Amino acid sequence: MGKIANDELLGKISGQFGDSVSVIGEPFGLLTLETSRENIIDVLTYLKNDPILQFIYLTDITGIHYPEQAKPIGVIYHLHSLVNNVRVRVKVFLADGDVHIPTATVLWNGANWMERETYDFFGVLFDGHPDLRRILNVDDMTAFPMRKEFPLEDPNRVDKKDYFFGR
Amino acid sequence: MQNHPVYTDNDPQSELSTLNLGPTHPATHGVFQNVIQLDGERIVSGVSTIGYIHRAFEKIAEHRPFYQITPLTDRLNYCSSPINNMGWHMTVEKLLGIQTPKRVDYLRIIIMELARIADHLICNSVLGVDTGATAGFFYVMEYREAIYEIYEEICGSRLTTNIGRIGGFERNFNAIAFRKLRKFLKEYPVVLREFEGLLTRNRIFIDRTRDVAAVSAEDALSYSWSGPILRAAGVDYDVRAMNPYCSYDEFDFEVPVGTNGDVYNRFLVRNAEMWQSLRLIEQALAKIEKEPSDVFHADVPDFYLPPKEDVYNNMEALIYHFKIVMGEIPTPVTEVYHSVEGGNGELGFYLVNDGGRSPYRLHFRRPSFINYQMYASMSRGMLLSDAIINMSSLNVIAGELDA
Repeated sequence: MGKIANDELLGKISGQFGDSVSVIGEPFGLLTLETSRENIIDVLTYLKNDPILQFIYLTDITGIHYPEQAKPIGVIYHLHSLVNNVRVRVKVFLADGDVHIPTATVLWNGANWMERETYDFFGVLFDGHPDLRRILNVDDMTAFPMRKEFPLEDPNRVDKKDYFFGR
Repeated sequence: MQNHPVYTDNDPQSELSTLNLGPTHPATHGVFQNVIQLDGERIVSGVSTIGYIHRAFEKIAEHRPFYQITPLTDRLNYCSSPINNMGWHMTVEKLLGIQTPKRVDYLRIIIMELARIADHLICNSVLGVDTGATAGFFYVMEYREAIYEIYEEICGSRLTTNIGRIGGFERNFNAIAFRKLRKFLKEYPVVLREFEGLLTRNRIFIDRTRDVAAVSAEDALSYSWSGPILRAAGVDYDVRAMNPYCSYDEFDFEVPVGTNGDVYNRFLVRNAEMWQSLRLIEQALAKIEKEPSDVFHADVPDFYLPPKEDVYNNMEALIYHFKIVMGEIPTPVTEVYHSVEGGNGELGFYLVNDGGRSPYRLHFRRPSFINYQMYASMSRGMLLSDAIINMSSLNVIAGELDA
């Protein structure tokens, strides 16, 4: 396990940001935080540049869609402090119709394609991204296919309804 | 349209030429495209286009029960499918809190390290082909075949293996599998040594690869590189050592590290890792001797399908079979990130579960996808022939690029 305990890490973050960062939980030992899009770059910058924490490695950026929430679109960052061998997960939720968030490419070059992928599948607009285009889907696609309302296959089929499978 | 060459009446000497490298080009070893602007043989700029074999695995996974997602992971990095399969199984086991028996862990390590050898073997021998040494490729290919035959004894298939189940393996390793494994362990070191003898100190090979596409550790980390190419740049990040899974912490192995991240260093790191993989397999075989030989899966009837003959003849097995297939077993509502050291680096699975039988959201952190994004910018100013071997040593696998 890592050299920094999660409560020590949390103490440092809440000392710096106070109420603007909240804790979602600690599933399987991975501290999960939530913040707003106004604070996200500050939080990531702090985590990356703090001389003790040193979360210099951006593992992943991805999205998630909860259609029933007030802020349905989530952006999820996984960071890894290689020196302390600790990971942290940061989430930001965005309201539908205003899916803007500042880009993390200012901190990591590797965020470029991860954000393009998140844009491609969830329609998250990363403000300031140098090249925000679709990456895996065709350029003229209009939908954002990982959103829950996008059907996987023909919605008129009746033989694959969830209730047949106990879902 | 911007990708098409523009013809003008200007002096041809001052014009840049446009080259479509891919989508289907022998040098890309997969389906992806680079449109590059060339000034003579030097690359002025390049645009990478990927997504030609995007198959929407993350979307499909939201509609499949956990055990039916394994075949999707096969098709990520298809040069080392077993690592993907087991990474996925371990993610689900972490979610469900399943403890696997030690023998299962050791058997998994044997298979995963064989897969790593197969993966690195392809990459390094193809690097030889791209620099003009074709013979080594055909020579070692025989031993990838030997690895595939071992897979075949265990799961019945070779490339897209679908090997193992949640909780362990679908059947025990048979005697032929162990015999083939021991034969491989006896013969392969000789071949690997010969292969190294062909290239490692080969003057032509060194001239072609040394200082080509050198990457600093800072750049590699900023681009979130992982795997052999990150270690070649001098960063000793290996998931097996850093966040041990599957009992890797009980094993004695080294993490080879390079110095300047060029193509030659990547070649050396991959070769050294193959020797470490052989060490790991030897140790795992020795450890298995001390474990009960009939254990090949965890005792989790809620998630591990019972043998078919029991389903037809035994009430309890029938009930479990029914519950698993119909998805009537509740699962924890939580999220989990699990990563394994794949052939190309940190292969992560981010799984958000809502308690059903299929994921609410599943995201694959695919190392090839993340490693490849530096390619266009690092090719700038490079000779076309160097860019080709750079691509080859990044070991970009189209299946993992696109998911």
